[in-house]
Amino acid sequence: MAQSFTLAVDGTTRTIVVDDPDMPLLYALRDDLGLNNPRFGCGLGQCGACTVHIDGRPSRSCITPLSAIGDSKITTLAGLGTPEHPHPIQKAWLDEQVSQCAYCINGWIMTAAALLDEKPHPTDKEIVDVLSTLICRCGTHGAAIRAVKRAAQAA
Amino acid sequence: MTIALSRRAFISSTGALVVALASPDWADAAASDQPAAARSLKPDQLDSYIAIDRDGVVTAYYGKIDGGQGLGTSIPQMVAEELDVPLERVQLVIGDTGRTVDMGGASAATGVSRAGMNLRRMAAQARKLLIEKAAEKLGVPAERLAISAGVIHDSADPAKAVSYAALIGGQAFDSAVKWNGKLGNTLAVSGDTKIKAPKDFKVIGTSPPRRDLPGKVFGTLEMAADVRLPGMLHARMIRPKIAGAVPIAVDESSIADIPGAQVVHIKDFLAVVAEKEWNAVRAAQKLKVTWSESNPNFPGTEGLHDYIRKAPIIKRVIQMQSGDFDDGIKQAARIIEGEYEFPTQSHSSTGPACGVADYRDGGCTIYSSTQKPHYAVHGVAELLDLPPEKVRTIWMFGTGSYGRNDQGDATADAAVLSKHLGRPVRVQYMRYEGIAWDPKGTASVNRSKVGLDASGTVIAYESISKAFSRLNVQTSEGRAADVLAGHLLGFPLKPEQSFEIPVASYTFAHQRRGWEIVPPLMDRASPMRTSHLRDPYGPPILFGSESFMDEVAAATNTDPVDFRLRYLTDPRDRDAVRIAAEHYGWDKRPSPRPDAKSADVATGRGIAFRRHFTTYVALIAEVRVHRKTGVIEPIRYVCAHDVGLIINPATLRQVIDRQLVYGTSRTFFEELRFDKNMVTSVDWLTYPVLFADFPLPQIDIVLIERPEEAPSGAAEMALGLVPAAVGNAVFDATGVRLRRVPFTPERVKAALEKA
Repeated sequence: MAQSFTLAVDGTTRTIVVDDPDMPLLYALRDDLGLNNPRFGCGLGQCGACTVHIDGRPSRSCITPLSAIGDSKITTLAGLGTPEHPHPIQKAWLDEQVSQCAYCINGWIMTAAALLDEKPHPTDKEIVDVLSTLICRCGTHGAAIRAVKRAAQAA
Repeated sequence: MTIALSRRAFISSTGALVVALASPDWADAAASDQPAAARSLKPDQLDSYIAIDRDGVVTAYYGKIDGGQGLGTSIPQMVAEELDVPLERVQLVIGDTGRTVDMGGASAATGVSRAGMNLRRMAAQARKLLIEKAAEKLGVPAERLAISAGVIHDSADPAKAVSYAALIGGQAFDSAVKWNGKLGNTLAVSGDTKIKAPKDFKVIGTSPPRRDLPGKVFGTLEMAADVRLPGMLHARMIRPKIAGAVPIAVDESSIADIPGAQVVHIKDFLAVVAEKEWNAVRAAQKLKVTWSESNPNFPGTEGLHDYIRKAPIIKRVIQMQSGDFDDGIKQAARIIEGEYEFPTQSHSSTGPACGVADYRDGGCTIYSSTQKPHYAVHGVAELLDLPPEKVRTIWMFGTGSYGRNDQGDATADAAVLSKHLGRPVRVQYMRYEGIAWDPKGTASVNRSKVGLDASGTVIAYESISKAFSRLNVQTSEGRAADVLAGHLLGFPLKPEQSFEIPVASYTFAHQRRGWEIVPPLMDRASPMRTSHLRDPYGPPILFGSESFMDEVAAATNTDPVDFRLRYLTDPRDRDAVRIAAEHYGWDKRPSPRPDAKSADVATGRGIAFRRHFTTYVALIAEVRVHRKTGVIEPIRYVCAHDVGLIINPATLRQVIDRQLVYGTSRTFFEELRFDKNMVTSVDWLTYPVLFADFPLPQIDIVLIERPEEAPSGAAEMALGLVPAAVGNAVFDATGVRLRRVPFTPERVKAALEKA
């Protein structure tokens, strides 16, 4: 049965009508709101390509039902920073020239940004632990770790 | 796709964060529902490759793609160099078949060496014509003219000047160039002027940052999966649980409660569509289908290599022969034989394939991140019974594919659905399709044999790989026979039998190298169909051949570097090996190390070498082996890499670094699982790959600079050496030879215990 939800995404509040309240947030963001980040990678919570911040916490939108969002604030990659005001992780990502195809970039940047927001000086192990929940098939793992360390050192 | 440059971009500095990126041009055009207008594309016309607009912005038209490895930056560098304009003033249209000549798509790492060099020559030709025009306009002899930032001036009187924009802005050159009559990878065009000598380079050899990265990092770059057309439907394909089963009956009432959900069932092709994407996903989950009986009787993962060994040979090719191996081996005082097994591997791209097709007015436009947009035109034309000139592929960035992945299949599905429904259709594959249903990199068994004379010199060498064809489906989606939709719609199959081997470098007196093809496990719509996976001529063969070289070196008590240098004569081959060894600090001695048998934790180093086309690579791996657990930790890789002329050294280093990590994933983790009925690797739990918690080695990359040599490719040349370099290092550490990839702890432990 159709149901309406109001979502606060990247500082804007919008209302959508959906057929299934258990629809994953990913489809609301992409299909109803027309946002390009996050991305569909697995639909299983295994790869992280769909990661958004829900009240600042990195969350896999492909397995987060719309009905669980409530009035939480959602941030996508496009809402994290801009070329003029980049998040430190975004700046480090460019400085390190990490990505290749970048289909997965959303998960890596959003996950790393949440780590640094919570803990500006994480240990190497903490960095690796959070990043090792993410898939990348271009082999950017080492560069991504270097970028997060770079951002942490700059903080 | 174009990464359009705003006016600000070329008047401001080029710091990564300052380069302003406008939205890609298809998005601008989408407001009017129309992509940028198609252009005349005669391959023998300069205008097909280079244009200069009224603002003096140079556009180069690139008929390959940028899979994320920096071609979108290095190709403009080549064009800017020859035209003497600031790099910021060159933009690149990539892979739009309505605006680029067919240059073959991403294939064999020829982005720079072929298509890039074509555009470089075209830019040089444009420069020559502009000088001629300026000479006439300024009344100054051509030889007195100089160019600075797109302005031609009299070197004797700099006030006498005219800009490119004033000379040609917005107009055609209308000038013929020499074309070799070929399209695709082998297209070659040239003008009647020389390209610059390395001593004059200003842009080539520098390392501007990647142009595509700001849009990716800030989430503003739109990918193929982001295309949303008015009236577009979302589709999901319905695949059988048992390979080879086809739908007999579909219960449409099973999805009647899902708003807008609709079944499309044409012959064996089955899909659901809906206005809303989630409803298409739900409908695909709920649809009740009666499938035909099928008994694939696949050999299963564990039985696969025995199956290959015993399977009949449907084609045998000795691709490289020198001397007479049979005669040579008869003279041998000693014979050494080795056998190595490589697993089936999946492309398993980060994003499962996604394609959008818009069939209307007797034509079809495709939006896709395919590696081969020009081929996609022909495959879709055949499927839809359209003339190829009525089909256009608009290439966009998307998930990396690295070979013939599932992308071509999704695009074809979308085209079939769009024609059938008369509306634009977006097909998004699910995770299981991206692993279980993509064309696979074939498993193989590599057998090698060497004959030594009494002095220990190799006099005869044979290397034969037995495998499934690497062209069971083609390396592109250029024919209906090469995509799942074509198979399901009953198009005749056109499998080819081919494997291929890398260039031979070792100068043994009598050599025989080749391959044997076994029949496919299933002919039609097979989840086990085989095609190109990144570095198709690499890992499966090199794991065998370069591990075996190490085996022979050890058997003759020879240092592995010395062994290779003894039989390599080409200076570039030798330099790659020598420079890698020097940089590593190679300790000359035979493998295994003298104390190999004793320690619980042992370290060792191994080398592997290859020439791939005209790229020369040596890789040394140093590893730590934990005998009790079977865990191998790579500690350090040293890669010496000779690609000829280097366009962008930073990008080149990144490409090598990332592919060594990817190669490590294929060496340590990746093996497609399947049972007698179906592929059972369907997600990231059942198809293990490398994650960030894997202890990555320090990676040292030594670029061998040869600016006078033509640029070759780099996108896959180093990765194929990882399995052999690591396996050889494990032998050095332990005295135990690993004969099967991937090197999982269980398998390594078993090998160590057996020894």
